[in-house]
Amino acid sequence: MKLQLLSRWGCRLLLGAMAALLAVLGVTSAAADTKLTVYTALEAEELEPLRKAFRAEHPDIDINWVRDSTGIITAKMLAEIDAGNPQADVFLGTSATSLLVVDAKGMLLPYAPKGLDKLDSKFRDARNPPHWVGVDAYAAVVCYNTIESGKSNLPKPSSWQDLLDPVYKGHLVMPNPNSSGTGFLTVSSWIQIMGEDAAWAFMDAIHENMARYTHSGSKPCRLAAAGEHAIGISFVFRGAKLIKKGAPLELVLPKEGIGWEVEASGILKTSKKIEAAKTLIDWHISPAAMKVFNDYLPIIAIPELATPVAHFPENTLEMMIDNDFGWAADNRKRILGEWQKRYDAKSEPKG
Amino acid sequence: MSNVAVSFSAPLRPRLGRDDFFQGGCLIGFSALVCAAIFLPLYAMLAKSFEDSDGNFLGFANYIEYFNTPSLVTSAQHTIIIGVLTTIIVVVLAFIYSYALTRSCMPFKGLFRGIAVIPILAPSLLPAISLVYLFGNQGMIKEVLLGHTIYGPIGIVIALAFWIFPHTVLILTTALSSADARLYEAAVALRTSKTRTFFTVTLPGAKYGVMSACFVAFTYAITDFGAPKVIGGWYNMLSVDIYKQVVGQWNFQMGAVVSVVLLFPVVISFVADRLVQRRQVAQISARSVPLEPKPNRRFDLVMLLYCVVISIILIGILGVAAYASFIKFWPYNLSLTFDNYQFDLMDGGGWKAYRNSIVMAIWTAGLGTLIIFTGAYFIEKSQRFNKFRSILQFIAVVPLAVPGMVLGLAYIFFFNPTKFTVPFTSIELANPFSFLYATMGILVICTIVHYYTVPHLTALTALKQMDREFEAVSASLKVPFYKTFARVTFPVCLPAIFDIAIYLFVNAMTTVSAVVFLWGPQTHLASVAVLNMDDQGDIAPAAAMAMMIVYTSAAVRIAYVFLTRGFQRKTQAWRRREVTTKSIAPSSVTQKTTTA
Repeated sequence: MKLQLLSRWGCRLLLGAMAALLAVLGVTSAAADTKLTVYTALEAEELEPLRKAFRAEHPDIDINWVRDSTGIITAKMLAEIDAGNPQADVFLGTSATSLLVVDAKGMLLPYAPKGLDKLDSKFRDARNPPHWVGVDAYAAVVCYNTIESGKSNLPKPSSWQDLLDPVYKGHLVMPNPNSSGTGFLTVSSWIQIMGEDAAWAFMDAIHENMARYTHSGSKPCRLAAAGEHAIGISFVFRGAKLIKKGAPLELVLPKEGIGWEVEASGILKTSKKIEAAKTLIDWHISPAAMKVFNDYLPIIAIPELATPVAHFPENTLEMMIDNDFGWAADNRKRILGEWQKRYDAKSEPKG
Repeated sequence: MSNVAVSFSAPLRPRLGRDDFFQGGCLIGFSALVCAAIFLPLYAMLAKSFEDSDGNFLGFANYIEYFNTPSLVTSAQHTIIIGVLTTIIVVVLAFIYSYALTRSCMPFKGLFRGIAVIPILAPSLLPAISLVYLFGNQGMIKEVLLGHTIYGPIGIVIALAFWIFPHTVLILTTALSSADARLYEAAVALRTSKTRTFFTVTLPGAKYGVMSACFVAFTYAITDFGAPKVIGGWYNMLSVDIYKQVVGQWNFQMGAVVSVVLLFPVVISFVADRLVQRRQVAQISARSVPLEPKPNRRFDLVMLLYCVVISIILIGILGVAAYASFIKFWPYNLSLTFDNYQFDLMDGGGWKAYRNSIVMAIWTAGLGTLIIFTGAYFIEKSQRFNKFRSILQFIAVVPLAVPGMVLGLAYIFFFNPTKFTVPFTSIELANPFSFLYATMGILVICTIVHYYTVPHLTALTALKQMDREFEAVSASLKVPFYKTFARVTFPVCLPAIFDIAIYLFVNAMTTVSAVVFLWGPQTHLASVAVLNMDDQGDIAPAAAMAMMIVYTSAAVRIAYVFLTRGFQRKTQAWRRREVTTKSIAPSSVTQKTTTA
């Protein structure tokens, strides 16, 4: 029957088309020899250049990035460890504090990578062999939108205390420390600079000026860059990048000093691909890798190789506080809980 | 046969034949699948809400903690407020729009029908992103808000109204298109005023449609996650709380508690809808005369103007996102660029996420159509097992009452652990499903289950059009049922099958809530990428990815119309004499969600 024929052809056509599409889409994910699952909090734009540089020297290993904000990726890692089902082989480019938290669960493999002796002592775990090694440092900054601040008559702040001025009410954004590494290092630096009680009083006061807390550390600076809010607490790398793109921003390093973190890496004990993981860790502190990291950040683990990065404030290194990672890791849970109780639980702020 | 002889009063039971065994087997297999895909995960979630993070039973401790946390309780209030507000606004707007489509003689009705479904092609994140560009602190027309902020209830309600509008229009046009002209003639003969006629004839006639539309709008509004996430600001809602608890703090127990809380209003709304619809009686009898709208210049003009305004808003919101995706640096550098489409340099998984979404949508459409249609076939056409079938029939409607986020979270609890503990014992069993964790498979299964009900009802309606005698006759001719299925049932139902496939495809492309907890290292999805990019503050790329989803669903939809147009005309020629209102695919579909 003609009818039936037609319907049959219709189906075959559709099935054929589906199969073809699936085939085409399937082929694109051709298999590499060893695939490492790497959890990271590095910025998204760094990932592909890093992977390419690594693959150029080690074509038999591929990297499968799982990227998220520091707090999220750490929480994910911890949850999977607790469930007895950790997915990652390597934890790379995440704050040293997070590495220490995972290490406290006994999950990091102590390993001395090739070229360890070249690293500045700040960028490695003091133990031998170290449980983690770092590649660079990132620091907090205040992104100040000159155009919008002009419109609303907001003076340029020079210190953290300046930000308590009521003129800034509703113009300030900062990352939520529970999800964002930048948020946490900022809060932790306030406590280290001011002392516990003064720091919480400071945060109570700054909360009154806050327009909102964001999920990621990048977003406050992006919001400032787009003029949605005039001032965002973020990190220097994001600010420098946005200025390069044409954002009307100035980067302010508050005079009390700024929080910072090492971007550190370690190997998961549970990995079934330890050799490949070691190769990656060896490579990522090599001069070739340092060059890639240095494209984004001026402060790297091998100081002799460092070259300046455009739009980074020159005194970033001097302004960085004397950060105690061990203290931060030990107190992380308590600080985050307290912060959440005080500020996240408060629904709409009045006014 | 012997027992028939023994007891005369026993009902005559024909022996079960080969087909019956096969069909029975399929029904049993099918219900086992359903249990594994819906009930066990939901049970896992419920159990989790009574545990601490180490898996110890706590009783109601988590719930007590929840109700003692003021911010979480306010979110419950917020959720209800937003639900009610959105429902009122969207149903009123959609009612007038549908009224214009069905009861006026304005021109371009087909076009307006088409425009009304546009929002279905987009994830709910898209209108929220557009609203930021329109009314944000640097918005194009922020003055319209008179100093109010878009970040909060105003933004959420507008975004949701945009996104829910098509669903309500589809229900209301169906409800309004069937009316008995004799009632109107009587009204005219009795010199009843137009307004009075509207309230005494039109509204009661569309009563069930309006109620369905309300329930659907309310459910969608309180369970959506995309809009409040992007534009909610400080205004917490339950769906965002689940996300924050789970993704932000990895507090699964509290996530489960909030899920259970969210489940309440949804289930109540669902049950209420069922009860109301059960009372529905046929409006149209054999003696009814279909109502044909008569031209009335002034009325038609007003209706036309209204539809034009609404259409401009719908297209405008989409247009803003499309435009924003090409802007170099909002609001300081408005030159155009393709940079925002370089997804590989951003968060969210890059172009691979987009490819994954297409693969996921194809699998969902293919596998989902197969499962749903065969499931509906066995439920409708099996000759025996009536009780069992009616239970299955009920189960197939359950997914409608489970919010996507709740289902997604339940899936984590069910599929992630490597071992299970049997309740009240210390026996541990290996989880046979844990291999699915973070794979494409779990995304496909979850999406099929999440969108199961509507296609299921479409399939049922299509199957019901065919007399059961086809099966009876085939059986008596000793034709195995699968031959009847392949030669008669399947071809006749082909249009419905295509409808189902398209519906699943589009929803798989746009869904965020069901999959936001389930994607893994290899399975980033485009819709989730939109969310992640927005989280990072990469708003323009988020708009770009959202538009890629819209382009793709639109392309598939249009291709489908062209591919099947001529073909439908031929296979469905026998329907020609029927009065049908079938012009846009899911119209038939959505209506049935609520009437079946």
